[in-house]
Amino acid sequence: MRHTLSVTVEDKPGVLARVASLCARRGFNIRSLTVGPLHTPGLSKITLVVDDVEVEQVTKQLHKLINVLKISELDPDDSLEREVLLVRVSADADARREVRDAAEVFGATTLDVGANSITFELCDHPSRVADFLKLIDHYGVVDLVKSGRVALARGTKSNALAKN
Amino acid sequence: METFTGAQSLIRALEFEGVDVVFGVPGGAILPAYDPLLASPIRHVLARHEQGAGHMAEGYAHATGRVGVVIATSGPAATNIMTPLQDALMDSVPLVAITGQVASTSIGNDAFQEASTTGMAMHCTKHTYLVTSADEIPDVLHEAFHLASTGRRGPVLVDIPKDILVAETEWHDPKPTDMPGYKPTSTGHPLQIRQAIDLLMSAERPVLYVGGGVIAAEAHAELLAFAEASQVPVTTTLMARGAFPDSHPLAMGMPGMHGTYTAVTALQKSDLLVALGTRFDDRVTGDPATFATGAKVIHVDVDPAEIGKVRTPDVPIVGDAKAVLNQLNVELSKRLDNSPRPDRSPWLKTVADWQDEHPLHYEQSEKGLIKAQFVVEQLLEATGGKAIVVSGVGQHQMWASQFWNFSKPRTWINSGGLGTMGFAVPAAIGAKVGSPDELVVAIDGDGSFQMTSQELVTASSEKVPVKVVLINNGGHGMVRQWQTLFYGGRYSAVDLDSGFPDYSALAEATGWMGLLAETPAEVGPAIQKMLGVNDRPVLLEVRTDPEEMVWPMVPAGGSCDNILLGPEDLQ
Repeated sequence: MRHTLSVTVEDKPGVLARVASLCARRGFNIRSLTVGPLHTPGLSKITLVVDDVEVEQVTKQLHKLINVLKISELDPDDSLEREVLLVRVSADADARREVRDAAEVFGATTLDVGANSITFELCDHPSRVADFLKLIDHYGVVDLVKSGRVALARGTKSNALAKN
Repeated sequence: METFTGAQSLIRALEFEGVDVVFGVPGGAILPAYDPLLASPIRHVLARHEQGAGHMAEGYAHATGRVGVVIATSGPAATNIMTPLQDALMDSVPLVAITGQVASTSIGNDAFQEASTTGMAMHCTKHTYLVTSADEIPDVLHEAFHLASTGRRGPVLVDIPKDILVAETEWHDPKPTDMPGYKPTSTGHPLQIRQAIDLLMSAERPVLYVGGGVIAAEAHAELLAFAEASQVPVTTTLMARGAFPDSHPLAMGMPGMHGTYTAVTALQKSDLLVALGTRFDDRVTGDPATFATGAKVIHVDVDPAEIGKVRTPDVPIVGDAKAVLNQLNVELSKRLDNSPRPDRSPWLKTVADWQDEHPLHYEQSEKGLIKAQFVVEQLLEATGGKAIVVSGVGQHQMWASQFWNFSKPRTWINSGGLGTMGFAVPAAIGAKVGSPDELVVAIDGDGSFQMTSQELVTASSEKVPVKVVLINNGGHGMVRQWQTLFYGGRYSAVDLDSGFPDYSALAEATGWMGLLAETPAEVGPAIQKMLGVNDRPVLLEVRTDPEEMVWPMVPAGGSCDNILLGPEDLQ
């Protein structure tokens, strides 16, 4: 079972190391981790995806870190999740149209076109990113980089209309 | 106007926090802090090794309940204090460690005596600080003392680069602590308090399973009141010896691997565990899947992460043991006013029968050898139990815990969670510094003793007249016991009986009085002689039976149902 934790931390030196090494020390397997500053100065948000754990122990242990202020587990059905993918796909002149058609279906943006490859960007729900990757893998992935997951709980009703 | 430095600010901050003694060893990076120390009323105890300084600070904290302070320099000194830091973390000992660091401009350059102290200490402490400006010293120290001494107590490390110690600054009284990420819960939730008493009123075989949290919270009086009002028998873990008087009719002694038959069996047969400030440690539970399977659990702990870590409780109560016991006492007394008192007599009779049938016991040697248990009994008799007993780690530790009769908290100081051999001598020195009017006796083993015996000199030169009763069985007795029981008697690397050291000579060479007892008849008089000397520390070596084993025993990872009472149970 995979859990997505949204962790608000004080933006102090070493806080990422504390969170990451606590996970290592307690044997919590980190699937992905992203960190970035929040709107409030001095605070950052860590989005942590952990696998196969007693999420209650993870939460309680993280709470013991002095620089951790708040932890919420995000229910996948009730939150907005995004990943960014940059992927270079092998595409010579003959294959180029087909590859671009496939990318268009997913709404991926073309970032760069070379003689034998095209580079796309896709920012979408992790499952859509995975589907896109599966599709273009058929043409030959030359290189890729994927961000960790970021996620936000659905807020008010007006917000809930946003596409998953 | 004279300049005021970070180092002066540090010493002033320690004074502001009410520190009266620090334990340490100077060195390059921390050197600036040692100069203003000369002008301070704070006593500095100069240990011979930083690990010793750390255990002294722990012993001080155990004996007094106050925050122990250890000071060390960077690099090797900082690595040397990792053992006491982890020890303090495992046993929830309030400690502040101050380490010097290479200049902030050199950090990361592999400078002389550089080590990543905060990196190493991250897992061995409650929190770490790397000071980045001399101006923040008063506030950082204030936070460090607050963290160490509140909630679940523990060690906090403050690492200060040398350039910050010499930087110019101004003193300011620390701001009130404002840590949005640290708000320990003190009182229990009223609904859970009521549910706890509901369970207690309907339980037939309840047990109070008491841990070190009760001593940390100074909750012994509340515990006594609760046990007596509820008529529930009490078992005190290795960290809680002294939290409840052993002479009390409801006392069952220690649970766990070397616990009493009564305590171990009462937990196994119980239908309700009231766990107070304790963490279901593997040395108590054995195989947790087989531990007290018929019992519901009320778990009170100040650390929410302990609740549900090993055993899912029926009633979780996050709170300080003293506050929660007060709440439980109030609720219980209300309930007893309005409903019939549960009849505990069948259960207490069962417990009393177990105590009669299977008391702690040992056989005197047919070969005239001294039994370690006998030494503990003799010491108990000679002192009337009026002593702070400190131990190392091993067989002697178990015998001391089993055969001493504890009546007060903070009279038993040992390394429980980490099992740090070498703890006794320095911890005894720290305890005596903190409680100079008390008799402080370390019961140590020869293996444990040799790990930190350089601190004998510290006791002499600092004029700390502690006493050490050295249970010399000529080897690593507990390892030997496991090799006897689980490795077919194939003894590997356990023999320390090479004739060295000559303990009396070692004692005399380091300014101690050295005494020796080689026969049972010599033990009592030697103890009397030891107790009569108070102008210097005394080391009494007692040569004991090397083959003696600690009983009862629940083999590691096994079920507490299969408790072995002695060698006769091995087949």
